[in-house]
Amino acid sequence: MEGDIVQMGAYIGAGLACTGMGGAAVGVGHVVGNFLSGALRNPSAAGGQTATMFIGIAFSEALGIFSFLVALLLMFAV
Amino acid sequence: MATEAHGAEDKGLELVFHPMDQFIVKPLFGDGGVGTFTITNVTLWMAITVLAIVALLVLGTSGRNTVPSRIQSIAELAYGFIRKMVEDVAGKDALPYFPYIMTLFIFIVFSNFLGLLPGAFTTTSHIAVTAVMAMAVFLAVTILGFVKNGFGFLSVFWISSAPLPLRPILALIEVISYFVRPVSHSIRLAGNMMAGHAVIKVFAAFAPMVLIGWIGVLVTPLSIIAITAIYALEVLVAFIQAYVFTILTCVYLKDALHPHH
Repeated sequence: MEGDIVQMGAYIGAGLACTGMGGAAVGVGHVVGNFLSGALRNPSAAGGQTATMFIGIAFSEALGIFSFLVALLLMFAV
Repeated sequence: MATEAHGAEDKGLELVFHPMDQFIVKPLFGDGGVGTFTITNVTLWMAITVLAIVALLVLGTSGRNTVPSRIQSIAELAYGFIRKMVEDVAGKDALPYFPYIMTLFIFIVFSNFLGLLPGAFTTTSHIAVTAVMAMAVFLAVTILGFVKNGFGFLSVFWISSAPLPLRPILALIEVISYFVRPVSHSIRLAGNMMAGHAVIKVFAAFAPMVLIGWIGVLVTPLSIIAITAIYALEVLVAFIQAYVFTILTCVYLKDALHPHH
């Protein structure tokens, strides 16, 4: 019984942790959206900045990965 | 992780499967357990990846034609692409480490794309595989930073352009983010590959609904369209994740070579 409640809590927590991925989605969308609006204003400078865009995406995505990590830990390690 | 869910709602159909079944590591020969030296399906697909890379980069360029053949121009394209990335992101003095970064990129991109073949095993979907690559990058970059700069490498944590009262707080954040790098570096790749393939399998489980009842007439075409669309997205993701892994390696390398902000 007690173990069941603990497992239930772990599963609910794993589901809640996944809401953090929404934040990562907002962040990545913000990066790409701003890149695109800048790129359309000055298309000649856009090519050199795609690498910077991908680095920015990777950094903001890292925080979504932590929520995924928390979910994984709750599912398989707790 | 998925064996107990197998056949729980089996309606007499052979096509019922769990979406995570595709990630189970199993021995290639016999039914024994998986030990350190067991030849598993991961071993098989890594070997296929290496053979495909050899076919492209060694056999493809063996002619050394001035006017490249189709295979040779693909190999040259990949070489030039990564070389330019290393030069742009990490700087000219990072070029001695170009072979390692090229190896990482080609290996990841090939195992991602080979994993997209129906029935194939995606080796990069396992954190064990990507964590080894990320830890290797982390250790190499840290050791390189100390060898090249001595203890001056620690100035990567001390941001001299920030106001003085803020610097200790920023230093703490920088230290945490430095040690979290291998975690995010490896889970980004593994998580993306695993999630995409699992979603494809979830829709694939809906595809045979037409055999169960009239509702399948609606569900089956929709799920087949969804599989096609997500597969197209996965082709894109397979390349982008390899690119992101490589470009982050370049960024870390730049930090090791030029720690001063």
